[in-house]
Amino acid sequence: MDAVIELQIPARAEYVGLARLVVSSLASGRRALADERIDDLKLAVSEACTNAIEAHHSVPVDEHVLVRCSEAEDRLEVSIHDRGTGFDPEALPEHPPVTDPERLNFERGLGIPLIRTLVDEVAFESSSEGTAVRMVMYCDAADDFDDVDLELDLTGLDDIDGSLGSSGPAE
Amino acid sequence: MELGLDVEEKNGATVLAVRGEVDVYTAPRLREKLVELVSQGKYKIVVNLEGVDFLDSTGLGVLVGGLKRLRSHDGDLTLVCTQPRILKVFEITGLTKVFAIHESVDEAVA
Repeated sequence: MDAVIELQIPARAEYVGLARLVVSSLASGRRALADERIDDLKLAVSEACTNAIEAHHSVPVDEHVLVRCSEAEDRLEVSIHDRGTGFDPEALPEHPPVTDPERLNFERGLGIPLIRTLVDEVAFESSSEGTAVRMVMYCDAADDFDDVDLELDLTGLDDIDGSLGSSGPAE
Repeated sequence: MELGLDVEEKNGATVLAVRGEVDVYTAPRLREKLVELVSQGKYKIVVNLEGVDFLDSTGLGVLVGGLKRLRSHDGDLTLVCTQPRILKVFEITGLTKVFAIHESVDEAVA
């Protein structure tokens, strides 16, 4: 049976660190994710919680952001639920290429591309009543743990550069 | 969550050493410090990230904004970073092509 842990945090910036701490502690406790992948999950959670908190700022609601962690034998799933007004993750504006001087005009919009890169699976479920970002990390088999390739594969970097798609909106 | 920001002058550059976690909560303080330094006429800034434990896209955005601000004054913002987990954030966003990233402060101010 899956073990489920839920954390409700006020939609304020100072609580993003707490969400990171809880998720990374949980992932560390499993001892089935390499440290680098725990760092990846921690970063993805930070990005999703940041978007969730900013989504709450755009509507006059005083509801909490829900961080839900579900552990199964082969995976750790973390979902972040907000009560914002929703967005279309496929319709985010693209950044100029990093080599374009205009790129410096875009300080935001890297969160969702980062999440997509960092976790094994991600799904965005968004409506006018809120958004859920569901992220999955598959556990490394214990026998293979020492053999996990921790090197970053940058062979697709140029492609990634061209797909940094969002800016402006909180999500 | 504390964010340490220490400033020193070295070899004609202003070195801003950042310590702690840079996220949506702490990044505004980093932005304020960069704005303050630029307003003081510090147009060559080295941001030392060696003491940073965590950095997300909010922190990246502040650094991008700082670089833009400095370039508008014909200045520059360069970074010192050797930690793989911090470098990775720059690598997967392609920002290693935007920032000069050095392995030490001495190298950055040389």
